[in-house]
Formats: sequence, structure tokens, C-alpha cells
Amino acid sequence: MKRFAQLYAELDTTTSTREKLAALARYYAAAPAADAAWATYFLAGGKPRQVVPTRLLREIALRASGLDGWLLDECYLAVGDFSETVALVLPPPMLEDATGLSEWVEQRLAPLRGAAPDVIEQRLRDYWDRLGTRERFLLGKLISGAFRVGVSRLLVQRALATHAGIDPNTVAQRMMGYTDGSVAPTAERFAALIDAAAAHRGSGQPYPFFLAHQLNAEPATLGDVHDWMIEWKYDGIRAQVVHHGGTVWIWSRGEDLITARFPEIEAAGRALPDGTVIDGEILAWQDERPRPFALLQQRIGRKTLTNKILAQAPVALIAYDLLEQAGSDIRPLPQRERRLRLEQVVATTLKQCPQLPLRISPLISGLSWDRLAILRAESRARGVEGFMLKHHAASYGVGRTKDVGTWWKWKIDPYSADCVLVYAQRGNGRRASLYTDYTFAVWNGAELVPFAKAYSGLSDEEFREVDAIIRRTTIEKFGPVRSVKPTLVFELGFEGIQRSSRHKSGVAVRFPRMLRWRKDKDIAEANSLADLRELLPKVGDFAHEA
Amino acid sequence: MRMDLVIARPEGLYCPPGDFHIDPWRPVERAVITHAHGDHARPGSAKYLSVTDSTAVLRKRLGDVALDSLAYGETFRMNGVKVSLHPAGHVLGSAQVRIEYGGEVWAVSGDYKLESDLTCLAFEPVRCHTFITESTFGLPIYRWMPQRQIFEDINAWWRANADEGRASVIFGYAFGKAQRLLAGIDASIGPIICHGAVEIINEAYRSAGVKLPHTIRAGAIPAPDYKRALIVAPPSAQSTPWLKRFGSYSDGFASGWMQLRGARRRRGVDRGFVLSDHVDWPGLQHAISATGATRIIVTHGYANVLARWLQQQGLPASTFETEYGDEETVMPADTHDEAGAPSDAAGALGEAVLR
Repeated sequence: MKRFAQLYAELDTTTSTREKLAALARYYAAAPAADAAWATYFLAGGKPRQVVPTRLLREIALRASGLDGWLLDECYLAVGDFSETVALVLPPPMLEDATGLSEWVEQRLAPLRGAAPDVIEQRLRDYWDRLGTRERFLLGKLISGAFRVGVSRLLVQRALATHAGIDPNTVAQRMMGYTDGSVAPTAERFAALIDAAAAHRGSGQPYPFFLAHQLNAEPATLGDVHDWMIEWKYDGIRAQVVHHGGTVWIWSRGEDLITARFPEIEAAGRALPDGTVIDGEILAWQDERPRPFALLQQRIGRKTLTNKILAQAPVALIAYDLLEQAGSDIRPLPQRERRLRLEQVVATTLKQCPQLPLRISPLISGLSWDRLAILRAESRARGVEGFMLKHHAASYGVGRTKDVGTWWKWKIDPYSADCVLVYAQRGNGRRASLYTDYTFAVWNGAELVPFAKAYSGLSDEEFREVDAIIRRTTIEKFGPVRSVKPTLVFELGFEGIQRSSRHKSGVAVRFPRMLRWRKDKDIAEANSLADLRELLPKVGDFAHEA
Repeated sequence: MRMDLVIARPEGLYCPPGDFHIDPWRPVERAVITHAHGDHARPGSAKYLSVTDSTAVLRKRLGDVALDSLAYGETFRMNGVKVSLHPAGHVLGSAQVRIEYGGEVWAVSGDYKLESDLTCLAFEPVRCHTFITESTFGLPIYRWMPQRQIFEDINAWWRANADEGRASVIFGYAFGKAQRLLAGIDASIGPIICHGAVEIINEAYRSAGVKLPHTIRAGAIPAPDYKRALIVAPPSAQSTPWLKRFGSYSDGFASGWMQLRGARRRRGVDRGFVLSDHVDWPGLQHAISATGATRIIVTHGYANVLARWLQQQGLPASTFETEYGDEETVMPADTHDEAGAPSDAAGALGEAVLR
């Protein structure tokens, strides 16, 4: 536990990749395999389960610290993180403890789940008495299920690869499914991750997804348009369909196994030749066109899929890429070659079973960059988010990398509106004690109507400046929220807009964030509700079908 | 009901029978100064009074002003009010103000800490009826580790950097924190280089008889070997081109605010060292009870929280609004008084050196 807390603190305090790798290397060199197995699980994104309900944790912390509730709340407001607050207010530890991470997780924390409150209290207070501030903070994160750390999965894979002297891609591949929570991390599983001898991966395992970079420059800077494969960028669930020996696995990008959610696609997968892995996008699909993401969510949200839902929210797999053919990994082949093989596989399969919800992502070819830019403007009406650009010669890489080829996403600009800041709330974590969470309003006649909340898009510098203005122009405080005199105008960006009866404004937006602080604008120049209504999908439009 | 010996006025804390102010934030006739940090010693008043140890730094800040000084414990009368200054342990020349009139005794803490400090006299409890205390770190989350441990951490960090051949840059307020750091670290590890804003205060400390290790002003010729050096600089020097000369370096920040992970991350340094010149939560309780005061008034920091807590303990407690850097109006990690001092010092003194 101490060693892992030390690693956590080191990863937490530096932004340098080199330092993080060095810290990971030191950890792996020293940690026993059983501990390293759990550390890898948590660092690579595996979530601990919440074993103690937050309310109970708070009650126990109050008794252990001897503080009143209001005082603990004041502390929390200053700290912005509950685990850290508790770690800081508890009396200093009286005992020493050298127990390793795996024993902590398996023997000490797991049994807390569902235990009687008095048992939890007695154990927890004993644990706290064995741990310093750092370890208590970590313990809090582990038992509340809120563990997060500033390393990417890719970085953990690099560190492991260096530690084991093997290729990072091999580690990445073996790590697929490592963090999905289905099997507990053990010394054996960890050994298999870094085994220098073992070559092959298990059956049903997906490949690490290759991810696209945002294109911010002009596309013409990418060179000749004919060197690029151009596809629409769909808004669905990125997935890999794996067919091995008559069994099909469907993996989401988050490495969740989602086979059971999509029986039609499982059937399509079974129709593919044995030893095939396809990368694609699952979309709500009807009349040969994509339908809104909201419809797909009905599939994900339900515990049991009724026939009614299957009929209401039909889906299809739009195939992007072929990663494995006849059991062999073809990711190093050039994009052009993989595409050719993908087209053959899909065509052959559909010839045998034409009803399968399997489509190939259409290519847009023969257009100049300028013509593409014009076509891209139609994205919204087509229910897509812009274009994907893939170089003909590119191999299929691992994660968001550029070493063997690059994929670009050339997205459409978001909707935007100028709005007025009317409420502010303090942020969490890094932004505790700064007002960084804002509610924005637009004009409805002479009245400002709140319509969206946003808390990202400004630089630290700007947040500080806005924070100071909020404190100076506060009208009223309601708990953590302040209403402020309307003086600040921001350009808000958002991805979609829909009617909503749950919001006072009558509209709801998707992914709102601040694009710009419009210091040049007076609040009178902000947009109106009528302007926003203009953006609402008209009857018959694509998005309205939701 | 007896007369209040100190009240809060728009221009600052004021003693009505003595007709003088304490650390006023606007110009007044007579200002008694608890210490020379920028938010407590402001320019523009007609006459100033401070502890003798404070005059050197005060003059650097305020220029050639009418400044009288007292030794610690020496009594001065103003309109029949007995005034004396007592060690506050915050920085060199920091003082609490004891005011006695008509059998009533009040004490104003200014900024203070209880832990010993090689660069200034230790805090001395003043018995009084009413105690006016600061509350910069007035929350139970603020409990300081013994400074020996913090200095060991700093030494270990510096030594490890030196062994890897890179400089160690530590940010701390130019007046007070920087000198406490210098006096506490193991000077045998390597050369110590100080930013101009720090070096100018070092001189004032040395002239007041405080023993500091040998330091080199940044920019001195010939330049020392930066690879083993510790560079002491004010926070305002962070991410400025001034640091380029030191090549590859690791940086750290020494402040009580480093207690919190959020503040450490916002600060964006490699290491946060929790070293404060303010009293922590348990220290506040000790200090308050040691005064024997039956009435407490809380100023800058978490004033409402501390006052409420004291009331719960059965002590009549209230708050004064001051302009000493309130948690609610400025960002702790940046512009609080601890930080205010250096940015001012760096601004007023250091900028000239920088250019």
C-alpha cells in the first residue's frame, strides 16, 4: 500500500512523461507481482468497486475525527475532494503497517462490501490508524470507487514493456480486457502480461483500438487528397467484432464486452469467416441511414432487451477496418490493402445472408479538399459529425499514436451561441475554491433564462480572472452557488440541441463548453431564446426523429 | 460595558482611545505595523511605528518615511494608552500589539506561528482580555508536520537532484520564507543562489544579526555550477525566462498551501513542501488558550469558521473584516498575504534586478 501510494503521489505531482515513466519503472522493479497486478489494474483504468457507501463513510469520519458536520463540510469546500478531506482531518496514525496492495484489496477492502455498518466502522478506524495521509487518501479513493490517476493506459503499457523487455504493442494486446472487472488481477495474470516468451493472445481478445487525432489545421496541409481514404465520421459506439471458432465477442472502445446488447450484430459476426476481427461503429440504423445516438442509448441502458426494443431501435455495424483475417493479424498491412480485404469479406458475407445488419463505411472519393469542405457542411443533416481521413499507406496503430500512420477526424464546427454568466459554483479537485462551474443564460424578452451549464474551455489564467469577477459581483449565495450580476458574455459551443420540457428554457443542449470569453461583447448583445429555437431541428429533420 | 480598544474601520483596525491604527490598508495619521509584509505594511501613512528588527525591511518597502521603533517589550504611550510589541514568530521583526487602557488589555496578533524559526524570535503568548487573531489556516485540515521533517525532505530532494546533475529551484516568499529556508537547509549539499528580490532581504536579515549560509546573487560573475545548486526565488519567478539560465532543473514550492493536492497541482511544480509561517489549526487553539482571553476576534483567513468553532467551545467570538487577503476574495495559492509579499517584493525590488 505504501509503495503504491508513493507511486500515486509521484504520478500525481509531475506532468512530465519522462518522470512518470521513471516512477513506474521504480515501482515495477520493486513491487511483488501480486501487488503489481492490482496496481496495473487501477492505473490502466480498472475501477475499484465502491465498498463503503459515502454517507456511512462520512458518519465514520465524523466520529473518528471528532469534528462537527458543518466543520467537515467547510473543510471539504476548501479541499474539493472527500477522500483527501478525510485523510487530512483524522488523528495521526498510531501503528505501522507494511501490508502489500493485493492483500489490502483482497483481504481488507473487499470484505467491507455489504458488511454491517459497525463492522465497517471498526475495521476502517483500525485501517486509518495504520496509514499516513497519502495512504489514507488512496484508501478513500479505493473504497469509494472514485480512483483516478494521471497516467494513460498507453503509458502504463510502455512502462510494463520496458520493464519486461518486450514490445509495447504486445503488452497492449495482452492487456485488452485486463481491466473490465470480469477476472481479478492476480500474480499469474500479471506474469502473463509481461511474459517475454509467450507469443499468443487468448481467444476472443480484441486488438487495441486505433484512435484518431483532431485535425485543427487546414486539410490541404495534409497534401494530395488522393493519398487519403475519406469516410464519414459516425456518432455511435466504436466496436470490434471478433469471431473465433463459432463464438462472437463484441468489444466497445471502453473494453466492455457488449455482445449481449446487440444480438443482431452477434449474428452478423457469426456469419463472418472464422478468425475475423472487424473494427467498426455500431449505429442506430433505419432506412439505410443513421439515426440519433439517443436511440442507441436505449439499447445500452436496458437490463433485458425485449423484442419491442429490438424493433424500436434497430442497429447496424458499419465496418471500418479488417484487423484479423483467417486468424492472422493484418494490422501492419497498408490501409488500402486492409480496405480491399474488408470489402471482399463484407461482400461475400452479405451475398450469403443479405439481411444481416452489416454495412461497409462508404468512401468519399474524387473530390478536392475544397469540395470536401462544402460537403462537410451537410454533415448535420446526414446525421454524421464530419469526416475521417486515413492515409492509404497507414498501418493500424495502437491508441492515439502516430508512429505507424495517422487517422484524422475532421469534425464539423459545433453550434454556438453568446450567453451571459448568471450563476457560478466552485469546482472540484484541482479547481476547488475556484469558481469554475457556470450556468449561462440567454435573453427571453427582457429576462435572462438559464439554459446550459459549462465548466470547461477556459485557460487557468482566464478561470482565475473570471473567479475574481464572480467574487466581486456576487448578488446572493445559495450554499455553494452564487448568483452574479450579469456582466460576462461567453461564446458557448454545443453538439446538439433538442426540445426539453425539463428545462425552463425549453431546450437542452449536448456537450456544452465555453469556446471563448467575449470580452468585446456587452450582455445586451447575447443571443436570445428565439435564436436558439432557430437551431432546433425542424419537423422532418434528422435529429428530430429522436 | 467597557470600551473596545480596537475596532474595525474602513481604513483599518483602529484604537479609539489611543487614536492610532494597526496595519491600516489606507493612509492614516499613525500606523502601528505588526510586520513588513505588503498587505500589513502599506504606504501613505504619515507616521509609522514598528519593532526595531522590522525597520530595515520596512524602509526597503516604504522608502524614507517617518518611522519610529521600539524594542520588543518596550512600552510606548499614546494618549494615555500603553502600547508594547511582542514577538509573533512570523518573520523577522514580526510583532503582536499589546494595548492596555483603563485596566483592560487587548492583543492584536498580526500574522504568527508557534513553531521555532532560526530567523526570528519565537511567538510569545500575551495575557489579555481580548485577543484578535489571524486565521489564514483556520481549518482542521491544516496541521503542520515538524519542520525538521520538511527540511529533511527538501535536503533529500536537493541532494537527489544534485546527484542527477540538475539544479533545484525552490520558490518561497522573498521576505521571511526564503530566509527561513536558507537557515534551515543543509548548506553543504551545493552552492546556494538567490534571486535578487530574495538577496536584498537576506542583506537586511544579516544586518539584523541573523545567521544565514553563504548565498550568491543570481547573475553574479563567474556563475557557479548550477548542476548542484539550490536556487531560491520568489513565486513570481515561476515560468519566467529568468529561470532559463539554470538549464534543466526540478522545482519546488514551500508554503502552507501546499498541504492540499489541488493547490499543489495548480501550482504546477514538481514538489510542494508544506512549510508555513502561519499558525495551524491545533496551534490556533493553543495560542488562543495561552492568552487567557475571554473574548476573541478573528481576522483574515477562515474567520467565520474559527469564530463559530470558538463559540461552540463557549468563548465569545466574532470577526473583523480586514483587507489582509481574505480567502473569499483572492486565490489562496496566488495572492494571499504570504504570496502577496513576494510578488510585491519581486515587483518593487526584484523587477529592477531582473532587468
